[in-house]
Amino acid sequence: MRGSTQFTILISALLLLLAGTLIDARLRQAQASTRLAHEQALTRMLGLSDLVLATEARYTRHLSQADFHAAFQDHPAALDHFPSGSVFAPPTTLRP
Amino acid sequence: MASLLRRKGKNLSLLLVYTLLVFLLASVLLYTQALRKEATLVLANSPEIIVQRLVAGRHAFIPAQYLKQLGDVRGVTYTQGRLWGYYYDPVVKANYTLMATGNKGLAVHEIAIGAGIARTRQLTVGDYLSLRNARGAPETLRVKEILYPDSELLSADLMLLNPESWRQFFAVPQAVYTDLTLAVRNPAEINKVAEKIVQRLPDTRPILKSEILRSYDAVFSWREGLVSLLLSVALLAFVIFAWDKASGLSAEERREIGILKAIGWETSDVLRMKLWEGAIVSLTAFLSGYLLAYAHIFFTSAALLTPILKGWAVLYPEFHVIPYIDYLQVATLFFFTVVPYAVATLIPIWKAAITDPDEVMR
Amino acid sequence: MNTHLLHLENVTKTFNQGRPNEYSALRGISLDIPAYQATCIIGPSGSGKTTLLSTIACLARPTAGRIYLREKPISNLPENFLAKIRRSTFGFIFQRFNLISGLTVLENIVLPAYPLGLPQHKLLQRAFALLDQFDLKNRAEHRVEWLSGGEAQRTAICRALINDPAIVIADEPSANLDSALTAELLEIFTQLRAAGKTLLITSHDPIIHEAAAIDMRVEMRDGEVRSIA
Repeated sequence: MRGSTQFTILISALLLLLAGTLIDARLRQAQASTRLAHEQALTRMLGLSDLVLATEARYTRHLSQADFHAAFQDHPAALDHFPSGSVFAPPTTLRP
Repeated sequence: MASLLRRKGKNLSLLLVYTLLVFLLASVLLYTQALRKEATLVLANSPEIIVQRLVAGRHAFIPAQYLKQLGDVRGVTYTQGRLWGYYYDPVVKANYTLMATGNKGLAVHEIAIGAGIARTRQLTVGDYLSLRNARGAPETLRVKEILYPDSELLSADLMLLNPESWRQFFAVPQAVYTDLTLAVRNPAEINKVAEKIVQRLPDTRPILKSEILRSYDAVFSWREGLVSLLLSVALLAFVIFAWDKASGLSAEERREIGILKAIGWETSDVLRMKLWEGAIVSLTAFLSGYLLAYAHIFFTSAALLTPILKGWAVLYPEFHVIPYIDYLQVATLFFFTVVPYAVATLIPIWKAAITDPDEVMR
Repeated sequence: MNTHLLHLENVTKTFNQGRPNEYSALRGISLDIPAYQATCIIGPSGSGKTTLLSTIACLARPTAGRIYLREKPISNLPENFLAKIRRSTFGFIFQRFNLISGLTVLENIVLPAYPLGLPQHKLLQRAFALLDQFDLKNRAEHRVEWLSGGEAQRTAICRALINDPAIVIADEPSANLDSALTAELLEIFTQLRAAGKTLLITSHDPIIHEAAAIDMRVEMRDGEVRSIA
């Protein structure tokens, strides 16, 4: 019937696109090799320890370097007022 | 089969909500997985141990003589002091990370900057940048180099100076460092070394590479951080939505099931039809949601997610995430979105389908 | 040869049993319905006509009593057997047509045949034969919401006939029809009877139950059979 053929076409098209993403992912991974090499070289040279994901607060810029109380930053009851702070989990050492 | 394309309006809106949900979840999943993989690959090169000094529970400068003491710990092959800090640039209201390095051949008043700073301050090689130093006096710095633009994920806000200029700029005495990095010969000994460090220098805190990797793993992991936040909210919303749709099986739908039963359909026939309907909706929604998410993350560089990470930051790295996809996660996502939907919609239909169909005669 | 196609023995149907709002729609009905004839159940509303019809047609189970179809008891069979009997033995014409909106005339007609798993060309062949017979061929691809009352009625009849049932059940078939269409409907009933179908109709419309096409009239009142004529 018309409905079922339409559906089959739709699903096959979507599956085809899905296969496309797999190929695209492979291609991009291959392209990224120079970038990874650059990043690794910088890390080694400067002894970097963190990604630049957010630059608004110390404890989100340097996630792994945050001091012991960084989840609270100033005192244990202080509210986190940086948007990025709500996205990152507190350091592993602070969790029960 | 044809009956499935009925009630286009209702099914279309359902499809839209469903697609949107998969899109959101898949976006977060693809994005975090890609970042996590890249973090793991890149940070594998970070120092094996970073030693910080804590004073009154706060990170403080570490005396240079600790370098010598740490170098004496057995298993440590190489020690180095790091000098780094933050600078708030009021001109563009951005925070920079100022770091000292002797490896770039930078002269006094020469800097190498990350592409993010270059973009924000519109600088190219040879331009001058004036910053106010710790004594309040302006210092003019010449841009000698812009760091690899494709490494923005690591270097967007970096400003490199030579160690002398760095100390002078921040008025930091010669005898201290921000923290120290150690190389350890045998990776199996790292924990042992860290223990010894704490014993010898009780006011320090070693940060191991494995801890760094673990914190990034945690940030992007399934159950924690960004993912859990969106995942739980979105799933909850979807369950409510599906439940609402399900329990509110309309009188018309109920009547239709009754008609079908009356004209000779068995309960299983009704269920099979509805299962097909559900399969079509969920399959279409899942596939299109996933594809949209893929396009969103890898073609538009997560245009909708970056504002969350950006927060109030002015300076933000521009980078294309590399598609590293965890197929197990995708399969789990499929399971978590399709199964609750199927259950929530089939149960009331099943309930309606097993009742006697004599209602339709009324 | 037994001409009693259906045989009811002391059938009762009680709703909301054991609760304060309990009420008996059927109070011990015993009835024989002969094959190849048109039987009309007459009575005011609330007399139990519709309940009797749905109980006979396996849409609801009797609370007590037995129903025999071709001398086989059917009242206590499990649900999927009942569904099979409904689909193979009965064709339904409901009071409000009960067509499924959003589907075309053709799709509505083939619905009862769907669980049979017939090959599609056979299904369509049958459907088109019926559409032809009932003058709906040019309407096949129209959605049922856009049909006139008479067309909807004929679509409902086509749907009732797709599985070639022995018994055609019609519940107040003229309730939504004007007199011209009712006459047309009677004409169709006459044809069906001539074609060897057993008709079982409820109606309080005198045009129907006084028509010459009706062989037997069962009068009901308060869940009991008053008279059979």
